[in-house]
Amino acid sequence: VSDLFSAAFSASALLAIVSAVLLVTFVAVSAVFFIWLERKVAGRIQDRLGPTRVGGKFGWLQTIADGLKLLVKEDIIPAHADHLLFRIGPYIAFCGSFLAFLALPFGNGVVALNLNVAVFYMLAVMSSEVFGIILAGYGSGSKWSLFGGMREAAQVVSYEVPMAICVVIPVIVAGTMNLNAFGNDQTGGFWQWYVFHDPFTFGAFWTYFTCATASCKRAPFDLAEAESELVAGFHTEYSGLRWSFFFMAEYASMFAVSGIAILLFLGGWNIGLPVWELFGLPPDLSAGLGWVGNVINVLVFIIKCWLLVFVMMWVRWTLPRLRIDQVMMTCLKYLLPLSCILLFCVSLWQLLVPPAVLRFWKYPMAAICMLGILGMVWRIVSSRNPPPLTGMPGVWNMPGTPTYELTKKA
Amino acid sequence: MSLETFLFWAIASLTGLCAIAVVVTQNIVRSAMWLLFALAGTAGIFFLLGADFVGATQLLVYVGGTLVLVVFGVMLTAQGPFITMKTGAAEWAIASFVGSLLLAVLTFSILNANQFHFAALDPQRTDDPVSAHQQRMSRAEGSMSSMALGESLLGIEGATPPARLSGARFAGAAPIRTPMAYLLPFEIVSVHLLIVLIGAAYLARAKRRRGGAS
Repeated sequence: VSDLFSAAFSASALLAIVSAVLLVTFVAVSAVFFIWLERKVAGRIQDRLGPTRVGGKFGWLQTIADGLKLLVKEDIIPAHADHLLFRIGPYIAFCGSFLAFLALPFGNGVVALNLNVAVFYMLAVMSSEVFGIILAGYGSGSKWSLFGGMREAAQVVSYEVPMAICVVIPVIVAGTMNLNAFGNDQTGGFWQWYVFHDPFTFGAFWTYFTCATASCKRAPFDLAEAESELVAGFHTEYSGLRWSFFFMAEYASMFAVSGIAILLFLGGWNIGLPVWELFGLPPDLSAGLGWVGNVINVLVFIIKCWLLVFVMMWVRWTLPRLRIDQVMMTCLKYLLPLSCILLFCVSLWQLLVPPAVLRFWKYPMAAICMLGILGMVWRIVSSRNPPPLTGMPGVWNMPGTPTYELTKKA
Repeated sequence: MSLETFLFWAIASLTGLCAIAVVVTQNIVRSAMWLLFALAGTAGIFFLLGADFVGATQLLVYVGGTLVLVVFGVMLTAQGPFITMKTGAAEWAIASFVGSLLLAVLTFSILNANQFHFAALDPQRTDDPVSAHQQRMSRAEGSMSSMALGESLLGIEGATPPARLSGARFAGAAPIRTPMAYLLPFEIVSVHLLIVLIGAAYLARAKRRRGGAS
């Protein structure tokens, strides 16, 4: 037993504890940020302002205030619930999505566990998050929760299949399942990203992102907690801290699936433009700048993941919720055959297409996509979008609201 | 006691306790939850041994697939709110007889295998080819277990670790296993599974009457 406290043991245990604490803190803080962002995005899309008061500008302390409220809220367990399952459900859900972060590289080598099968491991661990939600739905002893749990089980078991197939497609192209190697393979300009590698990885990216949205049970696939039909679905009976664990798990897995998408298709921590070469640095920053390069890589990666999470929010507040049969039909009749065809075609592409085409394809593909994106941005920026002159609907007209000055003048 | 040995005993005893709880619990969903912990513990032992691929497969297949389907089936078929299963004395007797028989067979074959030891838990020992190979594999960048599995599947020369046949005693050095490609058997099994899937979907489909009359 004395060996347990030897130097080697303490060093590795300390390293493990430090990385675990860092990851938990990151997951919790990003959940706080995402909840605030979700409200702001929802508000703006619905022509409101979202939170404005708490913490001065932009209501940036709103989530902290809500978190404090949740901490002191009474933790109610219904008399008809199965107490053990009811208590343990949130923890299983949170552990499932947290464990995925162990294998997610934030930068070149900035990863808790550099697994050789990292992407496979992440998919496997995130599938156990569902189990916590199903246990919570079943253990609540309420029919709304039971319906929510059943829908979640059916939906996630189905969407896991096309999602896994779509992950296999870039794995075939890259020849590895190590996410760190994926990041290193896509160093250089954005035309090196695997999404532009061939037409089938391009299709696989969109299919993957749809399935990932569904597997995080985000709208338009949020049937497990459809408020309009099931009160609140699987978390109807939850309150206080247990309830907030579900949301930490949801936002954590949103970040995790976005991270997989960024690493597999969108270049990982590489910025995509030859900016560093202008300053005479190597394209892989961590080799040129040491830990400063690693910090920049991590920041680039996190910002890219936030962009994808923002797209998920944008989709959520734009599209209406599907019916449960439509959700299942989308998966089984469209996404599953589509992903199978993409997998088949990408194998043929890798085997049959002449090397010249293989090398050349990505340039026009990337150029067309970038032109499309630039055109969209140009249209948004150049379109006339004057602020309303008579105050914004549903907002108190008072000092601090954007239209206050305008209405006073008018 | 090294860190690995300590972790092994901790995970293994927790897994064993959860496995006992699976059998003892009468509520079927609670027992599914204990099974989740037992299977996750088994996956943890695989990770500890450096077999990432097997560990992740264990999680994906059993936790993400089988267990979810178990609970799904219970939710769809349950008559009352929470099911409890009553087990009679005869069932206990038969189950413990079969269980102890299996345990006896496993113990016997493990004790008979003359070079069984925890290769990954005992990194100092390099005198036999199996653990030397595993050490070489685990020292290479990250853990190479999935690559070794893939190369072994294709029968690449040198990828298959030289090993003694399990359970057999040899007086001298271990006979080197000839590299064998397992790709064809693997493909046959996967096509077989696909046929089973299609058959299940065919059997479970909604039966429509012919002629369009409802």
